[in-house]
Amino acid sequence: MMPARMKTLARPTMPGIAKRTRSVWLLVTLALLAVLCALSVTIGTRDVAFADIIAALQGHVETIGQAAVALRIPRTLLALLAGAALSLAGAVMQGVTRNPLADPGILGVNMGASLAVVIGVVWFDITSAYAFIWTAIAGSAAAAVFVYTIGSLGRGGATPLKLALAGAATSVAFSSLVIAIVLPRSDIAGGIRSWQIGGVGGATFERISPMLPFLLVGFAVSLLSARKLNSLALGDELASGLGERVAVARATAAFGAILLCAATTAVCGPIGFLGLVVPHVCRLLVGIDYRWLLPFSALGGACLLIAADVVGRIVARPAELDVGIITALIGAPFFIWVVRRQKVREL
Amino acid sequence: MVTSSTLEIIVASRRRRQKKYVLVVGALAVLLVLIFAITLSVGHSFTPPGDVLRVLMGEAVPGASFTVGQLRLPRALLGLLAGLSFGLGGVAFQIMLRNPLASPDIIGISSGASAAAVFAIVVLSLKGPIVSVLAVSAGLGVALAVYGLSFRNGVAGTRLILVGIGVSAMLESVVAYILSQAPAWSLQEAMRWLTGSVNGAQLDQSATLAIALAVCGGLLLSRARDIEALRLGDDMAAALGVRVSETRMIIIVTAVGLIACATAVTGPIAFVAFLSGPIAGRIVGDSGPVLLPAALIGAVLVLGGDYAGQFLLASRYPVGVITGALGAPYLIYLIIRVSRAGGSL
Repeated sequence: MMPARMKTLARPTMPGIAKRTRSVWLLVTLALLAVLCALSVTIGTRDVAFADIIAALQGHVETIGQAAVALRIPRTLLALLAGAALSLAGAVMQGVTRNPLADPGILGVNMGASLAVVIGVVWFDITSAYAFIWTAIAGSAAAAVFVYTIGSLGRGGATPLKLALAGAATSVAFSSLVIAIVLPRSDIAGGIRSWQIGGVGGATFERISPMLPFLLVGFAVSLLSARKLNSLALGDELASGLGERVAVARATAAFGAILLCAATTAVCGPIGFLGLVVPHVCRLLVGIDYRWLLPFSALGGACLLIAADVVGRIVARPAELDVGIITALIGAPFFIWVVRRQKVREL
Repeated sequence: MVTSSTLEIIVASRRRRQKKYVLVVGALAVLLVLIFAITLSVGHSFTPPGDVLRVLMGEAVPGASFTVGQLRLPRALLGLLAGLSFGLGGVAFQIMLRNPLASPDIIGISSGASAAAVFAIVVLSLKGPIVSVLAVSAGLGVALAVYGLSFRNGVAGTRLILVGIGVSAMLESVVAYILSQAPAWSLQEAMRWLTGSVNGAQLDQSATLAIALAVCGGLLLSRARDIEALRLGDDMAAALGVRVSETRMIIIVTAVGLIACATAVTGPIAFVAFLSGPIAGRIVGDSGPVLLPAALIGAVLVLGGDYAGQFLLASRYPVGVITGALGAPYLIYLIIRVSRAGGSL
């Protein structure tokens, strides 16, 4: 009797995934990422000969094929960065809120960034890329605090249900405000509508470079908060018993996540569900230790977003399907699966 | 002696509550009639109430016949019916799921109807009633799918809401994609399915909606007592003699019917279904069933929002933008109220 009980008690803290398994998965993920990057550069609306691809990689843009490939390189880089940033942000948010359904899209954080950017463009004439990113960060942070406050009201604190509902309701309200601001200005309506779907098409190195410092800080803060997230996972009381300053730990980790998703949203538009799907899959592969989970989520997210971008270029030839659509089509069924797996209590 | 005085107090308080309820419903009805009358008589030009009445009686009045009969009446009528439908359908869902945030526009039913309508308009280039039929069937289909997907040893309200949010997110990205591919000429028509508007209303649209409202709304109101009992929790309701799963099925079918029919004509007028119930609950308190007042408030919101969007603001907005923007302050109000009362959402 006793050993069986010990086993069930021990399971949550000892996921039983050996270091070697994790290392193998790390190699597999890295290899997959390399393959996907190669595919992303070679596959597109236009078929390009192998020689042209090699030439383009060396910096030649003489033929149309080479020029097309030269356009795909920054696009691949953007997909890699955005995927890594959003998935890492999702993993951190799931840790901070201790909520399996946390995702920058579901929680309304992306919509906050959209609203702030739209307000900035329409009323404050912001044009520089840095101003875009700062505005997006302010909007995301405000939305995150707002949704978390609504979601944690009342009995039981921030349950998955209340957070998700608060996020959904806030998103609807914010998107009405976006439409209210954009509708009378047909000159910018088209641009904002295409930005709102979320995509990595049309990326250039000039567009990517302003987001790099923000991403760098965001990646550093998020990855360094892994140990804190491990303590938070034990529950607030146990974590503070272990000497963790819970509020500070939460705030720092959340700051990192907000930097990541705001900078990404400012450049790509809101891309949903990536932050939900990837950390869950990674948890199945490498366990619940955030020191492994966070870097794995970043790598996995990069793989998934590049793959989604490549698929989007293939399925709708010669047009392209934006990655925001593909991630939603993959992510929503996944979200439902997570919900069904959860033991939810009857209302 | 003691018992009779207790009885008197109970009877007196019940009478007081009944009186308050009648008063509240009456006041809401008067307010609604007032807004309806203003919508009919005051626009870019003023039509005297006498002329409005003569037009409504069917007389031909030069000038007024066109502005009132052709422009304002269909619009006001559609706003009225859609508002009643949204308010009633929304509050039924909120009571059933016992959460003020769980209205049909958040758990995917409105987005199902919108996705079908946008697809029909942009991709299939359809027009008119067939679009409504498609939207209604899609709304019902999505509701069934959400119900089925959340079925696992019975349907827990929590799971139903969460699955609905997931489905809704997916459908919204489909809508966004279709709109991004739309040619310019069908974009305007399709944009209405993002925000909701009663622009260009026709009288025959109101006719279908009126039939749906009479059938579904009548069924819901006739079950008001059972529905109110669900507030107490499924077990308690069952103990009071309510057939819980049957009532739940009736609520789902009729409320979805109402929401989908209204959405098919006007588009998802944001947050009317979401706001009406809680506002009504706040006004009515414990004095009586909240269904009818919620429907009246829905109509007040749509008519008032449409009027404000047309004439009171700097540029013209569809009604959905106005009601949607009301949602943000309402959420803040919810925070303040709940944190002061120390209660739970």
